[in-house]
Amino acid sequence: MDSLTFIAMASIITAGLTMAIGSIGPALGEGRATQQALSAIAQQPDERGSITRTLFVSLAMIESIAIYCFVISMILIFANPFWDHVITKG
Amino acid sequence: MEILSLNQISPDQVILWQWGIIRITATLMYTWFIMALLVMGSWLVTRRLSSDVRTTRWQGVLEVVVSTIRNQIKEINPEDPGHYLAFIGSLFLFVGLSNVLLIVPGYVAPTSSLTTTAALAVCVFIAVPLYGITKQGILSYFKEYFQPTFIFFPFHVMGEVTRTLALAVRLFGNMMSHDKVIAILLAVTPLFFPIVMHALGLLIGLVQAYIFAILAMVYIASATQAHEEKTEK
Repeated sequence: MDSLTFIAMASIITAGLTMAIGSIGPALGEGRATQQALSAIAQQPDERGSITRTLFVSLAMIESIAIYCFVISMILIFANPFWDHVITKG
Repeated sequence: MEILSLNQISPDQVILWQWGIIRITATLMYTWFIMALLVMGSWLVTRRLSSDVRTTRWQGVLEVVVSTIRNQIKEINPEDPGHYLAFIGSLFLFVGLSNVLLIVPGYVAPTSSLTTTAALAVCVFIAVPLYGITKQGILSYFKEYFQPTFIFFPFHVMGEVTRTLALAVRLFGNMMSHDKVIAILLAVTPLFFPIVMHALGLLIGLVQAYIFAILAMVYIASATQAHEEKTEK
């Protein structure tokens, strides 16, 4: 197997694995955060505004972890530096 | 009109005009377009401000925007929000407008390029010590880096750098992933689903702009407020 095929195979498999494994943690985290916020709103409906605002900010911060994985997999597929290196060398 | 094809992950790769080493990319063009839009819009509205009972319609819009930003800043930092309004407000307006304009066909958000978001994050990175030093003085600001002991100095510095990186990659990743999701959906299920995703994209764009501005404000507040809590005790 030449190196180009090997790099392509490794990149594609790693990109899939990155998304699959990397979205487990943020999904669990977002679920927990939303659950806590919902029960907090149920207990204190007056504080709904500030709870919702904090929830949105924290959700976006948790989600950014999944976004990092997405960026990595996008780089692996569309802008792979090793791929470009081998092509320019060959 | 498709400016950005699916396998280009950044609008920096779209070169519209090049002369020697000077090149105008799609990012640059749309950044200047948004800045021109913001400046011209504000200039046209503030040209004839009136404190009368009857004001123009656009003055009302601008007053609502400015007072909302002031209130949000005030909730994080209870002192006078006037110091931070210019910086935080322009961050929010720039990011927000460039995300919302995604519904215009042929437009590529400059925030979906890592260079733009990195530049914005570096602005925050520079602004935090500036505000902190003007508020606390240079010695007591840098003393914060050695709290509780001097061993913590590298961790403080590392925290500043990584949160700047996170700020840049978060905005870039969200906007870029939204572009890609819509491009893939257009190929798979045309017409209906991309419209729904666009509507979701407006929400995501505004939330990201809000978060960018709020996080910048939180970082500035943490740099300026540490001193006050100590003096109150």
